[in-house]
Amino acid sequence: MTLPFAIIAGLTVGSAIAAMSLRNLVHCALSLVVTFAGLAALFLQLNAQFVGFAQVLVYVGAVAILIVFAILLTRSAEPGPPVAMTTGAGWGIAIAIAAFLAMAGAVTSSVVMQRTAPTPSAVTVRAIGEKLMTDYVLPLEVIGLLLTAAMIGAVIIAMQERGPKS
Amino acid sequence: MTPLHHYLLLSALLFCIGLAGVLTRRNAILVLIGIELMLNAANLNFIAFWRYSPNPEALHGVMFVIFAIAIAAAEAAVGLALIIAIYRHYKTTNLDQVDSMKG
Repeated sequence: MTLPFAIIAGLTVGSAIAAMSLRNLVHCALSLVVTFAGLAALFLQLNAQFVGFAQVLVYVGAVAILIVFAILLTRSAEPGPPVAMTTGAGWGIAIAIAAFLAMAGAVTSSVVMQRTAPTPSAVTVRAIGEKLMTDYVLPLEVIGLLLTAAMIGAVIIAMQERGPKS
Repeated sequence: MTPLHHYLLLSALLFCIGLAGVLTRRNAILVLIGIELMLNAANLNFIAFWRYSPNPEALHGVMFVIFAIAIAAAEAAVGLALIIAIYRHYKTTNLDQVDSMKG
């Protein structure tokens, strides 16, 4: 394990735990921004520059702003009642720990332990763009349609319902 | 170079933190944040396997992550719009109180 990976991983996991456990929702959203930035740094470390910058643009930029707006619009920023957990929170945490142990056991006993990284090849944005416009052009169109439908749907769902005209 | 299984363990840990948040928190916005964390953990797995694959020039992992990010953005927008609509109707985002369709 290299030192940069350890620092980024510690920061990411710590801020993820903070985002899921803090009482104040605004603090949760800010911790989530740190988690997304840490994941972007991990993508850059893995030689995926385009995905790293897309992560910064989409998550650190757009999704974080959306979440902050939702928190402010629902006025739930003030700390709630003392018990902020659902009934049976112990079960939830136990299920999560069991899931992690299962996944960790599967990873450590599999053949990927011996896999080594090939020498990094220069993946340019040009190559990604050419792939998107040739092999992946149909998924790209479908994603464009999906984003349009999601945008229209979100506006319609969140739009103020007008009462009957009086 | 960091071995592959460190990335896999990190993404498993992030996934389970998100899962614990989804299962234990009451606020609908925090549940959505937990789902976003789980999606991001899956993206980290895709990128790690792509980087350590014998043929990274094929770019399959990168393409998958780009489409996953787009779908996650659409999901966040629709999910937050639903939460705002629920808040307008029930005046709360506490999931324990939004139970009128419970059997």
